[in-house]
Amino acid sequence: MNPPNTTPGNWTDRLKKNTIRLGYWTLAWVITLALAAFGPKFIWDYATLPGVLALLLNLAAGMGWIFANKKNLSDLDDLQRKIQLEATALSLSVAVVAGLSYELLEDIHLISFQPQISHLVILIAATYAIGLFTGNRRYQ
Amino acid sequence: MKNRLKVLRAERDWTQAQLADALEVSRQTVNAIETGKFDPSLSLAFKIARLFGLTIEAVFQDDVLS
Repeated sequence: MNPPNTTPGNWTDRLKKNTIRLGYWTLAWVITLALAAFGPKFIWDYATLPGVLALLLNLAAGMGWIFANKKNLSDLDDLQRKIQLEATALSLSVAVVAGLSYELLEDIHLISFQPQISHLVILIAATYAIGLFTGNRRYQ
Repeated sequence: MKNRLKVLRAERDWTQAQLADALEVSRQTVNAIETGKFDPSLSLAFKIARLFGLTIEAVFQDDVLS
């Protein structure tokens, strides 16, 4: 029997384009974040105007990343969206619970150093990756 | 929810990849529906039924009723 009436590759091509676009926006966001973080010390000696411009550039790249991510999610199929939702819910829950406990550790003098937001970002990324991995395994 | 997706696909000699292309979903999604690990949304269920030229009830059956 003939294969179902379809235009093969349309949907997968669209997904591929979305993923590449998301990758570019992620790269742009990381580069502008690095510029805003290290520029004041190494390039413009804490001058106000370049600092503000770098920050605005980083925010603009961040907005681009958010829209690219939204577009990527909206083009995923039902199951892929469910896996993404579960992974996001896991990372958000862990971030809130662990983040507040981490902050408390310093407040009640159980650690001597200042809690770093980067530690929280690493935790979010790790739990999100674990969520995606387990989600994909579950529905294989 | 039970479904006859695997049987209907086999009757037409379609591969999971061909069906996935026609439905604009991943092959993983077709497989998960066939094995009962994932229930599709109503819009995808309608799309599946339309592709096979059947009603939703002819493709999907409620666990409680069957």
